[in-house]
Amino acid sequence: MSVLITISLLAILVLYLGLFKAKKALLPVSILGLLGALSLSFYEWGSYAQPIYNGMMLFDNFAAAFSGITILSTLLIFLLSKDYFERISSNIAEYYTVILFSLAGIIVMVSYHNLTMLFIGIEIMSVSLYILAGIKKRDFASNEAALKYFLMGAFSTGFLLFGIALLYGASGSFDLLEIRNYILSAPQEVSPLFYGGILLLIVGLCFKVGAAPFHFWAPDVYEGSPSLITAYMSTVVKTAGFAAFLRLFLFCFSPLSEFWSPVLVTLAALSLLIGNITAVYQQHFKRMLAYSSISHVGYMLFAVISLNGSSDTSIFVYAAAYSIASIMAFAALILLQRQVGTDSFDSFNGLARKNPFLALTLTVAMLSLAGIPLTAGFIGKFMMFTSALSTYHTYLVLFAVLNAAIGIFYYFRVIVAMYFKEADRHELIVSPYYRLVLGLSAAATILLGVYPELISRLI
Amino acid sequence: MEAVTQSIQGVPLNHYILLSAIIFSIGVMGVLIRRNAIIIFMSIELMLNAVNLLFTAFSAHRGDAAGQVFVFFVMALAAAEVAIGLAIIVMIYRNTNSTDINVLNRLKW
Repeated sequence: MSVLITISLLAILVLYLGLFKAKKALLPVSILGLLGALSLSFYEWGSYAQPIYNGMMLFDNFAAAFSGITILSTLLIFLLSKDYFERISSNIAEYYTVILFSLAGIIVMVSYHNLTMLFIGIEIMSVSLYILAGIKKRDFASNEAALKYFLMGAFSTGFLLFGIALLYGASGSFDLLEIRNYILSAPQEVSPLFYGGILLLIVGLCFKVGAAPFHFWAPDVYEGSPSLITAYMSTVVKTAGFAAFLRLFLFCFSPLSEFWSPVLVTLAALSLLIGNITAVYQQHFKRMLAYSSISHVGYMLFAVISLNGSSDTSIFVYAAAYSIASIMAFAALILLQRQVGTDSFDSFNGLARKNPFLALTLTVAMLSLAGIPLTAGFIGKFMMFTSALSTYHTYLVLFAVLNAAIGIFYYFRVIVAMYFKEADRHELIVSPYYRLVLGLSAAATILLGVYPELISRLI
Repeated sequence: MEAVTQSIQGVPLNHYILLSAIIFSIGVMGVLIRRNAIIIFMSIELMLNAVNLLFTAFSAHRGDAAGQVFVFFVMALAAAEVAIGLAIIVMIYRNTNSTDINVLNRLKW
């Protein structure tokens, strides 16, 4: 629990540092604080098996693992933020603070034990993100992204709340344990309100993670927001959304899986189809990443569909692999946008000759996202497919394998452009911070691909 | 307080559920149909208030205070959302002189 307290206090500290014009100290202090929070989440491993604060939060190993991966991804994104916010405005302390506040909301989302905390966590995270999407105040695309994200986010919150209200009406409690007991006490006589509540909760949560057909806001918001914020939204936020999703379904709704499983199967198949097919037609790297993130949501939904003892582990591994690879891709995207001014696929031509290191790490990222063996992404997909097969969703897995093949096409477009197309270009300047992030992430991707046991036994 | 609870309980629970569902649907329709950012925003508030009504009704009928406490959380967070949302709308109005969301089609849907 000290993780949540540390991050909230850190956010306030950073805000005060900004007030006292200590601009140089902002990034080091944030990074040190996050490292502290990360070590605390390891330290709390297995120490709170009981719900705390009157049953509001449960900081079990699940919560500790997902806090760890979200904090680690935020740390990598903070390292990329060196000299990024300075180009947008001169008051940069607020940006760090708002990101940290949204991280605090995420910690609540992964460790809730009461639907009240689920709602509060999602809102703390979302309200901060509405601000972050619009930090380029003069930029129309950023404005539009902020408004669309805000309207769609608030709209989905309405559905989420209505779902919670119906669950409360049927079961008489917000506590996850009591809701579970309500189902188990009379599985045949669950009130119809409860089923309606589950459906509305699925709608609300699918909006938040961006699963088709509730994905339509995602490409625009991802494209319009500043690239660093997009990196944060498509990695950390998505991981947190799935952690919240899984916690609720694994703990509460698993006895009713016959009811909601077909719904989620449909959503997963739609996400795979729409995400992959639309990504093929994109001409810009950032928009391609947005659509590919929708298809990754489809893969991650597999773990929720085939609930068993290992679905938390498989979603953890998948989210870790996906986050690390996406952060590498976004680091390359930021460098390209800043120094070339465009992010179309043609702008990658000939990159391997001038920037061999950048091209190599971007290749590792693309291979991992495509799910090629010896990368972390392969292990993630493998675990997802095995868990889906173990519950006899054979057709879904066949469909997913076909879609993974489509995915290879658009991820390899980048690699082909970098290595096999020639173009006259200047060398991109890759700062030491970017080198550090790219090198570390590429090493982690390959290490996890070769030794998946490193994290697959964590939860 | 006792009198309020009793008068809430005087109406059958199904009527509250129906009323909330209708108000919620009006809100959803407003979000989907209207084109003015502020009206959309008001429709979202309507959705949240339908939920609040439902929470209060369930809470009174069950004699359980948790639902009413939840309403306070919803109100507080809705207020936070209003603050952010109006700021975003003002930011857009400064740049485009309009709050019509059709102006915002530079990113294709």
